[in-house]
Amino acid sequence: MNFIVEGYPAYAYTGGRDFDPQLPAVVFVHGSALDHSVWHYPARYLAHHGFAVLAVDLPGHGRSPGAVRTTVEALADWVAAFVEAACVGRAHLVGHSMGALAALDCAIRHPHRVASLALVGISVPMPVGEAFLAAAADDSPAAFDMQSVWGHARLASLAASAIPGLSQVGASRSLVARARPGVQHADLAACHAYAPPAESIRAIEAPTLVVAGRRDQMTPFRAGAELAGRIPRAKLVALDAGHAMPTEAPRELVAALRAHLAG
Amino acid sequence: MAHSGPKAPHPDTLAVHAGQSPDPATGARAVPIYQTASYVLPDADTAAALFDMELPGHVYSRLSNPTVAVLEERMAALEGGAGAIATASGQAALHLAIATLMGRGGHIVSSASLYGGSHNLLHYTLPRFGIETTFVPARDPDAWRRAIRPETRLLFGETVGNPSVDVLDVPSLAKVAEDNAIPLLVDATVTTPALGRSLEMGAHLVVHSATKFLSGHGVVIGGVLVDGGRFDWDASGKFPTLTQPYEGFHGMVFSEESTVSAFLLRARREGLRDFGACMAPMTAFQVLQGLETLHLRMPRHVASTAVVVDFLAKHPAVARVHHPALAAHPDHALARALYPQGCSAILAFELAGGREAGRRFIEALSLFSHLANIGDAKSLVIHPASTTHHRMDDAALAQAGITPGTVRLSIGLEHPDDLVEDLSRALRASQK
Repeated sequence: MNFIVEGYPAYAYTGGRDFDPQLPAVVFVHGSALDHSVWHYPARYLAHHGFAVLAVDLPGHGRSPGAVRTTVEALADWVAAFVEAACVGRAHLVGHSMGALAALDCAIRHPHRVASLALVGISVPMPVGEAFLAAAADDSPAAFDMQSVWGHARLASLAASAIPGLSQVGASRSLVARARPGVQHADLAACHAYAPPAESIRAIEAPTLVVAGRRDQMTPFRAGAELAGRIPRAKLVALDAGHAMPTEAPRELVAALRAHLAG
Repeated sequence: MAHSGPKAPHPDTLAVHAGQSPDPATGARAVPIYQTASYVLPDADTAAALFDMELPGHVYSRLSNPTVAVLEERMAALEGGAGAIATASGQAALHLAIATLMGRGGHIVSSASLYGGSHNLLHYTLPRFGIETTFVPARDPDAWRRAIRPETRLLFGETVGNPSVDVLDVPSLAKVAEDNAIPLLVDATVTTPALGRSLEMGAHLVVHSATKFLSGHGVVIGGVLVDGGRFDWDASGKFPTLTQPYEGFHGMVFSEESTVSAFLLRARREGLRDFGACMAPMTAFQVLQGLETLHLRMPRHVASTAVVVDFLAKHPAVARVHHPALAAHPDHALARALYPQGCSAILAFELAGGREAGRRFIEALSLFSHLANIGDAKSLVIHPASTTHHRMDDAALAQAGITPGTVRLSIGLEHPDDLVEDLSRALRASQK
């Protein structure tokens, strides 16, 4: 369904159920150059288990028009505006990678919009290599390869997929390659530049779940664990997966989110 | 500036490993044959979630099976696609693709140079279900463009036509398809991903008869349908099966559920569920046994074919040889550009002496097996006009590049000298 956020239509997948603002809301925020569809299984599961689910397409991604936001802070402002536009008061935020940074920053600067945080595949800071940024700046297919190969566990293409018949790396590459020109670079550059004050992270009050992949090649497990140690009310869950946990380990992620949301 | 991507496994490695982790239950290194119709549901909530696609997993082997999934994921990896569905046969894969994209009133533009079974489906059977096909010469992109109507939903051709051995100009036809907001589906049975990756050339969907080179042993019937995940169904606006709510699955809009695998979701959740032409686990295991050596076999097939083509082209009893390796073949340059390692272990030729000479030739062969198949480890021969293409009239035969004297060979893995010896003896016999 579509909302109007900061003057533009904003699409959100509701998990196969009509959106009911009376239910506790869960807003899913995707990563760089991706869209709502990475959350397919977790979003659909929670929508059928008592939550009002909104898996957004960030501005300039997927089905949402508008200019790509070029800083994590601007993304966080947009997420806060989205929660307001959806008339849910506040929401449980579930973010992946860049989306996790946006959710984190939303909890720092718009805490009244955040019921809880689930940060999947995150590190703060989130440095992006020079070669990766340069390839993305040119919209080079090499950048699509970098994101899809490094974005999964090492040699993921040689392993069985958690989703029968789906090539994890191939599907991810196709999705990244469909992003509009310039989007991947803008997203990666925003991740690279994000540097919140250390004390702002220690001041986060929202109940927080950090989900870290033991085989994550982009935001290493130890970085997720380290961040969980800095957020006062954070719990850490480790998954045997790479960076793309929403699709590499959807069943395990659903279990972690369910426990987190049950409080 | 040039950018180099990360190191990814080579196709040889994918052919051996992709889609398979050592069995989590037993540690088995070989792909286990999960010979089961169904799967125990651990609890009521998980059961409901699996049926409703809230969790991924296996429910019933018509929809998915762990052994079949290895083949699907391996083929998707080899083709560079988003995913795949394995089917009971190559014909089932073609039917699944078409039935997922269109219903009554749909129209297909197809190469006229097709396997007889595909021609039967498009020309005789699908019109009964309200789907029409216009056949056009494979080599004329303008003819394809002219044949497209408002209701056209698919372009279809074989990467290398069987038996005429013409080479489909996949990049040019992909452009025609995209200009008209419809996908290009190619049958890559003859080329296989070992010789060329159709999705990288621009095709949107790929079907295979897994019976042929993918298996290489000629012991099973099977098919595979691969989706590149790059076609924008929503932007096209011509595919309500993928972009409008489907009553048959809780009003699901497949293109919302999955941006890159909307087509595969519908094909699995409707096509496999309702038409039921799924692949058996034992079949998937046997195809996988062959697939592991695809990258070793295809160069040998192609090299031996070059020897045979050279021999036949110089033989006085042969009026004409059809194979893109010959400089005189109209697709010679295209084949070299698209398939630099060679494109076909299938070739056709015209015998001097027409139909009667053809009969004597086939009966005099002893190493070549006279049968209706291609892509076996064993070399094969057939007379298309009286067998695989016998339902086509002379005009349709001519359009498909077949004459009453055309003989088709599929070159196997025997020593090429032995094949040439067998052909030489039979050619002498044909002229007596």
